Amino acid sequence: MLHIYCPHCGEYREEEEFHCAGQAHIARPLEPEACSDQEWGEYLFFRKNPRGLHHELWVHAAGCRKFFNMTRDTQSYEIKEVYKIGEQPSVVAE
Amino acid sequence: MSDLNNMTAAESAATKAAVMNQVPGPEIEGQSPLHHADLASLAKQGPKTSGVHLRELKLLGHLTLRCNPANADQLAAVERVLGVALPLQPLTSSENGNYSIRWMSPDEWLILVPGLETFDIETKFRDEMPGHYSLVNSSGGSTVLELSGENVVELLKKATPIDLHAKSFPVGKVVSTLLAKSTATIRRTGDQRFELVIRRSFSDYIWLWIQDASLEFGLVVEA
Repeated sequence: MLHIYCPHCGEYREEEEFHCAGQAHIARPLEPEACSDQEWGEYLFFRKNPRGLHHELWVHAAGCRKFFNMTRDTQSYEIKEVYKIGEQPSVVAE
Repeated sequence: MSDLNNMTAAESAATKAAVMNQVPGPEIEGQSPLHHADLASLAKQGPKTSGVHLRELKLLGHLTLRCNPANADQLAAVERVLGVALPLQPLTSSENGNYSIRWMSPDEWLILVPGLETFDIETKFRDEMPGHYSLVNSSGGSTVLELSGENVVELLKKATPIDLHAKSFPVGKVVSTLLAKSTATIRRTGDQRFELVIRRSFSDYIWLWIQDASLEFGLVVEA
């Protein structure tokens, strides 16, 4: 069970209040029609699956229902950092 | 297109969305989501003392307000309508007599008012609020339970992952969280008194759950 800090509520809550919404920082192509099938397919379906640091999108589903980002170590499950949407992570993989 | 954010109250009011009085009037009796449980009769029969007391605060007006907490004009308008300021700090609430406001998220508040005043309050908001905002009457979607008594904290501990100790959950604090796998907005209104805003569709489940969980403490139903 993870103990997660919600940056909007400003306190730690149990993991069961949250949902993980997958990889963070996926930018939608500005001109989808100009994309090749491969570029569009990669945008839609291909995700990272790193061993180590991973930037994820989470939502405080049972609480304030806001999204935020989290940097988590997929190996140790350690949460390195929680930051709001639009901010850049300060902890990044080398 | 005019800029919604810079509209005055009069301009906003002119764009008034369809506002409908959802309550026919005091002459027609409303039915709460727990009508079938007949809490009024249970209140007459059951025990009078026990560890947990339950009361349904039924047929209140629930208004969901979404606006910009950085817009001073909007904050002032809310204060004019309700006589109390929006609680801007996360997880806090404020109240003025029968009106109470709960912080739900950084730009969302839940306002509870007496059922028959809902339409008036909503109309006042439409007249007073400038700029871009949303006000939705969600009265039919939820109901309010009040739990009190010396064992109320122990009862809630079985249902929610929230720390209910007075140090981290003082009077006036509001949390939206899980309650027995359902969701609830819990507010502490006294040392041993909590107010739960629960979903209408889960109200029967919560009622059954409270009866089961309070077996060891005893349950008094208040009308």
